[in-house]
Amino acid sequence: MSQTQLTAERSVRAPQSAEQSPSAEPWYDWPLGFVNSLFEWFGGIGVFSWRVLRAGVTPPYEWRELIRQLDEVGSKSLPLVAMAGAAIGVVLSMEARTSLSRFGAKSMLPSAIVYAIVQEMGPIITSLVVSGRVGAGIGAELASMKVTEQIDAIEASAINPYRLLAATRILACILMLPLLTIAADACGLFMGWVTQTIIEPVSLRQFINSGFSGATFNGFLPPTFKTAVFGLIIGVIACFQGMKTQGGAAGVGRAATESVVLSSLFVILADVVLVKFILVFFP
Amino acid sequence: MATAFDTAMKQGDDSLEESSVPAVAVENLEKSFGTQKVLNGISLTIDRGQTMAVLGRSGTGKSVLLRIIIGLVRPDSGSVRILGQETAGLNMDELGEIRKKMGFLFQHAALYDSLTVAENVAFPLDHHRPDLSKSDRNDRVAQLLHEVGMDGHFKKMPSNISGGMQKRVGLARALALEPEILLLDEPTAGLDPISSGEIDELVLKLQREHHMASIVVTHDLHSAKAIANRLALLDKGNVVAEGTFADLQQSDIPFVQEFLKHS
Repeated sequence: MSQTQLTAERSVRAPQSAEQSPSAEPWYDWPLGFVNSLFEWFGGIGVFSWRVLRAGVTPPYEWRELIRQLDEVGSKSLPLVAMAGAAIGVVLSMEARTSLSRFGAKSMLPSAIVYAIVQEMGPIITSLVVSGRVGAGIGAELASMKVTEQIDAIEASAINPYRLLAATRILACILMLPLLTIAADACGLFMGWVTQTIIEPVSLRQFINSGFSGATFNGFLPPTFKTAVFGLIIGVIACFQGMKTQGGAAGVGRAATESVVLSSLFVILADVVLVKFILVFFP
Repeated sequence: MATAFDTAMKQGDDSLEESSVPAVAVENLEKSFGTQKVLNGISLTIDRGQTMAVLGRSGTGKSVLLRIIIGLVRPDSGSVRILGQETAGLNMDELGEIRKKMGFLFQHAALYDSLTVAENVAFPLDHHRPDLSKSDRNDRVAQLLHEVGMDGHFKKMPSNISGGMQKRVGLARALALEPEILLLDEPTAGLDPISSGEIDELVLKLQREHHMASIVVTHDLHSAKAIANRLALLDKGNVVAEGTFADLQQSDIPFVQEFLKHS
């Protein structure tokens, strides 16, 4: 290529590259785009939630699919949730023993384990585990159905996909989270007792009596049932991310990842709000 | 093939006598995706018992037209009337009542991959025909699968059958609720010539037996010629020609001649 040709090409390309250069974009483009997509996401999930609510409360009800989802979310998450709860019980028992011994308050160990597990660790760990297992599962399943036109096929068969697919999964998450939390709490308490007994034998009855002494319903019910809200968050976000997926296998992967990340994030943020709410209304 | 055409035409004429309301009537349909205008004021009418093939190059909005007719995509403007009922402004449940009268075969069949072949066909029946007993429902599924030549494959999963077989199952599912209108999106796309011919024969047979209005979107002129009694050729979001295959052959529109030459 001759020098003249190269110069001519450069002179033609130069203005183009200046236009396309990222430095030429105004500084506020990225934050503006981010805020815009944030509003778009919240708007989208709002409209989606309204459609699901409207479809979910009107007949025909999809009982068979709901039972299938209760099994999917509840029974199939139980082993994982029980193991997570048990692990938390062991860790808490060991950690609390060391800390409380330092302050001469070893007798408070059962109460410390019970309060820590039932009030915070059980609900949040259960929700995060379910958000990982169920959130990813729902997100990937619905996304896969979306990209292979199965959701369109459901709609074309005169079946409301918001009722059949979303409402059933969200309701299953809402109903199963508190039950799974109770299971995780029970496993955590049991393994907390086992751990303590290995170091210093104590009967289960004595451990339970000591742990629950002075306990009230206000101390235990609201933290357990706040997980229904976490279930709502996990279900809505996973269904929304799945059903709005676009773009083949990559889209399915993205939907699964976003379902887990966003539902975990919003569960933690909701926990902050709900803990404050419980402290104010259920002192 | 001519006999099948004649029969279909005769059935079309008979049904016209039964009712003057067209099965599907679209008027001035417009649809854009972003800056790309896909449909640019399309108007078509399909009478009961008739089969219309919508032809055109890839990306000319043929599938979008079908999706608008069944309500999966909302048009920017224009009107869609199914059996005389306007679909604009209906919510999902109201639209559902109209969709019960329509069957849709997707381009890639879109079978539910977690259900067996028989469960796929039974899916619409389970949701819309709770009055059917289990044995009646099983009989109906068996009958539908027999009609599409899928006897003996009831318990297979969609992933374990060929593309042609998936389309047959999709067709059986589309026919489950005995629709008055059948929409077929590329029924022979991706199939070998023998399977394509079998699907064409099957569609013709179903036309004769079920007496439905059908819209077939395809870019396969041979298939269109075999199963449709009217053809509409789309280009750049517009209907450039409409009529029988003979009408199209006699057309002096350059695009029509170009399309027929390369098909």
